Order: sequence, then structure tokens, then C-alpha cells
Amino acid sequence: MTKKNIAFGFAVATLCAVSAVSAQAKEKLNVLCAADEEWCNLMKSTFEKESGVDVSMVRKSSGEIFAHIKAEARNPKVDVWWGGTGDPHLQAAAEDLTTPYKSEQIDSLLEWAQNQAKQGDYKTVGIYAGALGIGYNEELLKEKGLPVPKCWADLTNPAYKGEVQMANPNSSGTAYTTLATVVQLFGEEKGFEFLAGLHSNINQYTKSGSAPIKASARGETTLAVTFMHDMVKQVKKGFPIKVVAPCEGTGYEVGSMSIIKGARNLDNAKKFAEFALRPDVQSLAEKAKAYQVPSNSGSSVPEGAPKLTEIKLINYDFATYGSSETRKRLLKRWDDEIKSLPR
Amino acid sequence: MRTSFFPWLIMGWIGFAILPWYALEDGFWAFEWLIDGYPFDSDYAPALLQIFQDKEWLLPLLFPLLFPLCVFNRVKSDPKYASTLVISGGFGLAYILGQGFSVGISGWEFSTLESLFGPLETRQFGMGYGALLTSGAFLILLTTGLAAAGNLRGDVFVTSAIGIVVALVATFVFLPVGKILVSAFINDEGLYALSTFTNNFFTKKIWGIDCLSTSVSCGVGLNSFFLAILTATSTTLLGLGFALVATRTDFRWKKSLRVLTILPIITPPFVIGLALILLLGRSGTITQFVADLLNIEAGRWLYGLPGIWLAQTLSFTPIAFLVLIGVVEGVSPSMEEASQTLGASRWHTFKQVSLPLMRPGIANAFLIGFIESMADFGNPMVLGGNYDVLSTEIFFAIVGAQNDQSMAAVLAITLLMFTLSAFFAQRIWLGKKSYTTVAGKADSGIHAGMNPLLRRICMCVTIPWALFTIVIYGTVLFGGFVVNWGRNNSFTLQHYAEGFGIGWSEGNLVWEGAAWDSFWTTITISAIAAPLTAALGLLTAYLLVRQKFGGKNIFEFGTMLSFAIPGTVIGVSYILAFNVPPFELTGTAAILVLCFMFRNMPVGVRGGIAAMSQLDKSLDEASLTLGANSFTTLRKVILPLLRPAIVAALVYSFVRAITSVSAVIFLVSADHNMATSYIIGLVENGEYGIAIAYSSVLIFVMLSAILIVQKVIGERKLRRTNRLTSQSDTTKSSTNSAPMEKQA
Repeated sequence: MTKKNIAFGFAVATLCAVSAVSAQAKEKLNVLCAADEEWCNLMKSTFEKESGVDVSMVRKSSGEIFAHIKAEARNPKVDVWWGGTGDPHLQAAAEDLTTPYKSEQIDSLLEWAQNQAKQGDYKTVGIYAGALGIGYNEELLKEKGLPVPKCWADLTNPAYKGEVQMANPNSSGTAYTTLATVVQLFGEEKGFEFLAGLHSNINQYTKSGSAPIKASARGETTLAVTFMHDMVKQVKKGFPIKVVAPCEGTGYEVGSMSIIKGARNLDNAKKFAEFALRPDVQSLAEKAKAYQVPSNSGSSVPEGAPKLTEIKLINYDFATYGSSETRKRLLKRWDDEIKSLPR
Repeated sequence: MRTSFFPWLIMGWIGFAILPWYALEDGFWAFEWLIDGYPFDSDYAPALLQIFQDKEWLLPLLFPLLFPLCVFNRVKSDPKYASTLVISGGFGLAYILGQGFSVGISGWEFSTLESLFGPLETRQFGMGYGALLTSGAFLILLTTGLAAAGNLRGDVFVTSAIGIVVALVATFVFLPVGKILVSAFINDEGLYALSTFTNNFFTKKIWGIDCLSTSVSCGVGLNSFFLAILTATSTTLLGLGFALVATRTDFRWKKSLRVLTILPIITPPFVIGLALILLLGRSGTITQFVADLLNIEAGRWLYGLPGIWLAQTLSFTPIAFLVLIGVVEGVSPSMEEASQTLGASRWHTFKQVSLPLMRPGIANAFLIGFIESMADFGNPMVLGGNYDVLSTEIFFAIVGAQNDQSMAAVLAITLLMFTLSAFFAQRIWLGKKSYTTVAGKADSGIHAGMNPLLRRICMCVTIPWALFTIVIYGTVLFGGFVVNWGRNNSFTLQHYAEGFGIGWSEGNLVWEGAAWDSFWTTITISAIAAPLTAALGLLTAYLLVRQKFGGKNIFEFGTMLSFAIPGTVIGVSYILAFNVPPFELTGTAAILVLCFMFRNMPVGVRGGIAAMSQLDKSLDEASLTLGANSFTTLRKVILPLLRPAIVAALVYSFVRAITSVSAVIFLVSADHNMATSYIIGLVENGEYGIAIAYSSVLIFVMLSAILIVQKVIGERKLRRTNRLTSQSDTTKSSTNSAPMEKQA
């Protein structure tokens, strides 16, 4: 190395040091977000503005996040996991990947959100809820002269052959919720009979949970089984989608938030948790085109969001159907008895 | 020669006694530790001080750092000199790694150690500046010792270079891949069991053959295999057609056919799939048009095998073309002329003479098509329908609702099995026959024209296909400018504004668009990875071509291995291997750079080998005879002659880093998000407009990068052709060989 090089090296090192120190002065928080990009960004910028904490946020699907924090369990880099369906949050709580934190606002939360917290030993808490439903493309339905679906049972109508889309429960949490809902609604034997009937109408089991309704919006399929808030989003975008709450009753997800065990910025994580449960913050969701029902009783429900009070909801047993034992058994049964059926 | 190990020993001491031993939480470039309790704070202390705190196990490292001083005054030829250095370096390196793997973030890593020494109260983090520097010093001491013992003609530079490449490949290819393969044998309770593997491997899920007789789908392994055979066949045939049109006809636009070859390299994943949906999906533009015209019902045929096959054929045909055109051109005209003189018809000549001579090219094109199709992630993801293939199943085995790591590992092994058998099958098919046609003798004939029927077939197939490709890319370009494809086709700049908006605020430029963040990260990381990849690749190529050493074949296999491993597997294995000490890299930009380096290195190696085999060895020998050492020879003689190969490797690794996706989705973090993983998010959300706009911007950026570099090489080529005609061959072959080995 010549002298010049060494001098240059020092100059770079000093520069780095200076810039690094000034960057370090800021407080930090690492968040993994499983909601839509827009909502994630809104949460990030609002929290940053309010607290002065420097938030790093990455959007991933719930499954990816679960895999991520499990892989990192012995040396976590993430502080908060915000959003996404409740089952993996409960699973993470059961596997001791997250840490208990009882929010000051827990009493102002709706019952389902508190239940979620209790089930996860306060390692997680509900932040929003969404119910499953049937969505259909109105134009296509009319064009093909098909009847309007009202109930789950209608979906097995042979007239719908090749027109229904749902996600694969092996890859999508949404579809697993559908599977568990059907089993709870009809009983396991009858439930699988229904799924077998549905199977002959299905044109594709998609990988991602909300893909079917997007396909329906673009006219790639006529009917779709997804969460209703995903349907509302397509309606708001101007697609000819109609939302149906099944007459027999339906299951729901509790979108949750957890603080990771061993979080490096625990204080900021708690600050963020309180922030995310505040009514004024939850009411912002509509701005980000998210139509779930917020968990704080004081939050305003976005216009057009499916009103959970008006929908017949089943008494969803998250403890049983979220456990990895039941999950493995049901998924195996679905693989063996449904997926392998001819169409 | 005046080489001493002394500077390296000092480096070892600096790492051991001065710099912080462990990785700093704030990152490699944070220098807060200088003012925050260094050197006594246990987070920042150098190893020498850590020993006195609670990390007594670092004490034995003093031995290899002191021992070399015994031979400080001895000459190189003294056997004690060599053995002392080998012992110190070898022991030091082994001990650092051994303690790193044994003591982790929560005490002992192995239960046997715990029962032996009792529970450990303290813990240690990943290797930091100090540990890395000291390990490097030990490695060089070891190789210096080995060289002094007479290995590789006592050449310290070559021995060290081999040592460094082996160490890097072992750390960043074998360690992670080994980790994931091992996890195929771990059952739910975390114990090793062969049954875990056999239960997962011999299932209907992988090998089911129901689709042959019923409408139930086959196993994923077979699905992948069928698809790969179909894609490899169609891309090879089309590629051959294009190559024949480009070399043996007077087709007017045949020059522009070559432009097609760079397209797949600069196309971000998902793009072709998206464009196909917009055109041929059930409500796609072409589908609707045809359905209205013929009054038939629009179908969903695109989702599934036909769609993936179509998309893959579109994506990979240009690569087959690129491989085949060189071979088709290379077939010696004198052989064809001889055949015709002997009375064979044009068709007969083609069938009996030209085609057999093209066999290596056809085999190569087929192999590349097969592997590309197997490892392809983007197209099956978008167009898969109910047709499950291995690459996506691996992804969902890990991130899906089942979260089954050992299943993922088993699927990965299946995939690896297919790609490796394809390699061997190709070797066997080609056999040991000679296909040499360029022998250096005067070869002045011209290629025989094609048989008219064959000519017509080629033209009729290739021209529509080329037009179709143009339509697809047109859709991509146009799709970013319409509000909502198919529903609202009015012109808009909204997608670009949302992604790449720029604003002014308080006199400062503000990057308002949502995409800027990932865009700059992508460009920066790719720009850092490119020179490192090229350097490592060319160094390896130099060692392979110019040096002889034991275990060279295994060494070559090791450097090429990452080419055959699908990205998803690499991504997961990197998380598994580099999240815990001694190598703590997850969440950093470094892990992305390293991942790109070792995934794209095989291309640099191949390009370097191709270029270097054309440089006469007497050039090096002349330099060595005149007293230069091998490092100077490499720097002053070989590198300048390799300039085109270097540039090709640079461009290629830059572009590949931008477009790779399957490995990246596991490795991105909040601070370092990459463009492709951002685009996946958009596609998942159905935001096709911005996704396509972003992709067009990336295509544009990569295209300009290639054109700028091409221009620079172009000038060099001209000057060199004037001076040294043989150089133009080097230029051509090296620029061509790089893109051949594109992987998903």
C-alpha cells in the first residue's frame, strides 16, 4: 500500500465515522409488516413524525415473516411484527418467539382482540379483524347467466363448474381459515364433503390468499373465496365486484401485532405497540385503502367496510384450529382427500 | 525473492490486540465504538482484553501469534520455517473457527461440550473486524508456509490465492448448502433421522403419476421434469431456427435478431408472465378480440403448463440462440462443400454433416434450457395455475402455512438431483468424439445454403415468434402508461409519478416516489457486487487455466456448484448459515453482496476460462523468465489482455444482481430492500401498473449500462484488431460466453 492509499483510507474511515455517529444519534425500530404496502408506509411515516424514532419497515407475507423470525430466533434483528392473520402470531407465541406485553389500552379493545391477546398469553394482540366471504364479478356472472351465490352450499352448484377460485390452504393463511371455518360450520365429515363438491368447481388453487378476488376483478375467474376487506378494496378500485356474506355464517381472522422476543429496541417497540392500538391511528387505515374492522372500540370503522356486527360470525376456535397439530392433520387430510380428487 | 510473512503476522496482531474482536451491532461502517468505552467495554474490546474479562477460550490464540517469531531470522528454505508457519497458521485458523462454532449466542452450541465443561455463563457474538483480520492473517501464514514447503513451485501468491478462494467458497457455498441439506434429515423433534428424508422423498407429492391416466395432477418432481423437457426442446429448436436464419439466409433484419439475445438478461422476473396475462389471460386483449371474432367463450388455458411453457420459451429461446449461433457459424464450410462435391443433396448434407457437427451446441442449449426451466421461479409463480413445480413448492414449503423446512430441503435435493443428472447425461451423450472444425488451417469455403423446405420452415417459425416477442415487450413498455390495462386504457403518467416522483422542498431535492428507496439500494448493491464478482471469477479462472494443483477438479466443481442450485435454496440456506455466530450477516447489505458474488461467480469463471485459454502460455512464461513473479505477471500481462472479458463479467454480474429474485426475497431487510422483492409485493397486490412501470425503468437502466460499456469495449476492439488480430477473437468469445450461463 502506498502512502497515498493509506491517507485515502483514513479519509474514508473518518468520513464514515462522522456520518455514522450522526446517524446513530437517532433512535431506531425495525418492523416487519404483513399488511398492504400502502398501510405499512402510512404507519411508518406517522410514527416517525410523532415519535422521532427512525423506523425501518419491510413488507412481507405472514408466512415469510414467521419463517424469518423463526430463522432469526436466536439472534433477532426485528423488533415488531405488525399485521397479518392471527394464526402465525399465535403459533409464534406458542413457540416462544415473541414476548408478552400487556397494553395500557387493552380494556378499550373489542372482545375478539382481547381474546386473541389472552390466547397468546399477551404475546400478541388483535389490531383488526376481517371476515371471510364470497365475491363475484357481476359482469361475468350476468354474461354467463349464472345464479347469484348466497351461501357456502351454493358454491357446490354444478353450474359454477370451473368458475370458482380459492387459495391453496397449504400456502395461504386465508385459505386455511376457510378450511377451518368450513370444518367448524358443518363438522369435519360434512365439511370435507362440501370441500369435495367445491373442488369440482374450482379452476385454480392460488398460492396467495387474496389472489382469487384480484383474478375475479380482472375477469380471470367469476367467483372467489377470500376475506371481505380484500373484496371491498377491489370494489373501491372500480371493479364490478359484489361481496356476499354467506348465509350459514362465516369465519374470520384477527390481524395481530407481536413484539419479538429479544427485541433490541424494546422500549420503542412498546411505544409503537401503544401507538398502533390508539383509536386515532387505527382510524387512519381508510386513508391507506384498508377496509378491515379496527380493534379499538373508539376507532372509526372505514366506510364500506363489512360490518362485523351485521354478519353472522361463527364462534371461531382459534386455540384448536390454530394449533400446529390440528393444522397439520387437516392439511394432510385436504391433500389426501381433496387435492387428489379428479375434476 | 524477498517475501516475508512478517507483515501478515503484524496484521494478525492488530486484529488480536487492537481492533474490536466481535461484530458491532451498529454495523461494519459504524465507528461509534471509538468514543463509546473502547477498549474495555466488553462489546468493543479486542481479543487480548476479552481474555481477561470472561472469554478465556481465546487465550490459546496467543500461541500461533507468538510461535512464528521463532523462525523470524531463518531463511525460507529452512524446513523449520515452513513447518512453523504451517502449524501456526493451520492451528490458528482451525481454533478460531472451532471456538466460533462451539460457543454461540447462548453459550455452548453442542450438548456434548456442555456435558464436558458444564454450562457456560457467557456468550459470544459474530466475528468482527478483529476476528476477520486475524483469521485472514492465519490463512496467509498457512499458505506462505505451504509455499515455502515447496508446494506450487514455492509460489506464495498462487498458494495464497488458492487458499483464499477455497476459504471463500467453503464459507459461502459449502457451509450454507450443507446446512440446508442436513436439515432434510432433521425431524420435528430436532433429531437426525433417515426416515425424515425417506418419508418426505418417496411420496406421491413428488413422484405421483396420476396425470398420465386421470385428471389429477402429477407429483411436483415429475411436473418440473416434464416442463423442463418441453422448454428445453422448444427453446433448442427455436434457437436453432434463429441461428440458421441468422447465418445461412439473406434475411434482411438478421442483424437485429442479435439484439433479441440481450433481452432475457435485462428482463426482471414476472414481467413476461404479466405481459402474457394482459394479452392472453381470460380477459386479455388478444383473448377478448379472438373470442368476440369467433364468438367462442374465453378460456383459462394460460394458467398451468401451457402458460409456463410459453413464458419460459419466450424467456429462454434467446439464450439457446446465443449458444447455437457460435456453433452453427463454426461448422467448417469445407466439410459441407466436400459433402456436396461428393454428390449429396443439400438436405442430406445438412442431416449427415452439419447437424452432427452442431451436436455440442445443441446439447449445451438443451442443458441450459433444462436447468433454466427447473430453476425458474417468476413464471410458475405468476402463471402456475394448478401446475405445481419444484421451485415454487420449495418457496411455499418455507413461507407457506406448513412451514416445513425439512420438506423444503427434500424438494431442494430433488431439484439438485435433476440438474446434476442433466449435466452428466450431457457429458455422456457428447462422449469423447471430436467436434473440432476450426483447426487453424485455411478454410475459405462458404456455408452451403439451406434446403428450400427447411429454409421455409425456419422462416415461418422464427419470424412470427420474433414478432410475438416484440409484442410482449411492447406491452411491457405500454402497460406502464395506461390507468388500468384492459379496463381503462387512457394514457397516464400516474404510475411513474407514484414510483419515481421527484419533488422540491425547502430548496432540497426530495425523492418522493415510493420506489426510489429500493431502486438506489439495488443499484448500489449491484454496483458493489459486480467488481467483486468479476475479480473473484477471473482469479478463479486464472488458477484453473494456468496453474496445476491437486484437487483441481473438486475445486472447479465447488466453484460451479452454486450455478446448479436454485435461488430459493440459496436464500434460505444463507439465512440459516449466516444468522448466528461466527458469521453474523443477516439484515446487512453484505449478505446481499455476498449472495450475488457467489451466485454469479460461475459466469465470471467460465468467461475467464474461455478468454484465458486463447492467450498463449508463452506470454506468462516470458514474463516469469524475465523475473516477474506470478502476481506481477497476472497484473501486467494477463489482465490487460483480458480487458474485454473483465468488462463482460462486470456488466453481467451487475445486471444479474438487479434481476435476481428467488434468493433475494429471503435476504432483504428494512434498510436494504431490493427492487425485485419490491415488485413482487406490487404484483401480489395486483398493482400491475406500477410493477410494470418499475420493470420498464429497470430495463432502461440496464440497457443503458450495457450500451455504455459496449461502446467502451467497441473502441478497444477496434484498436486491438489493428495491432493484434488474434485479440478480436478473444473479445468476441468472451462477450458472448458470459450471457450463456444465465440462471434464474
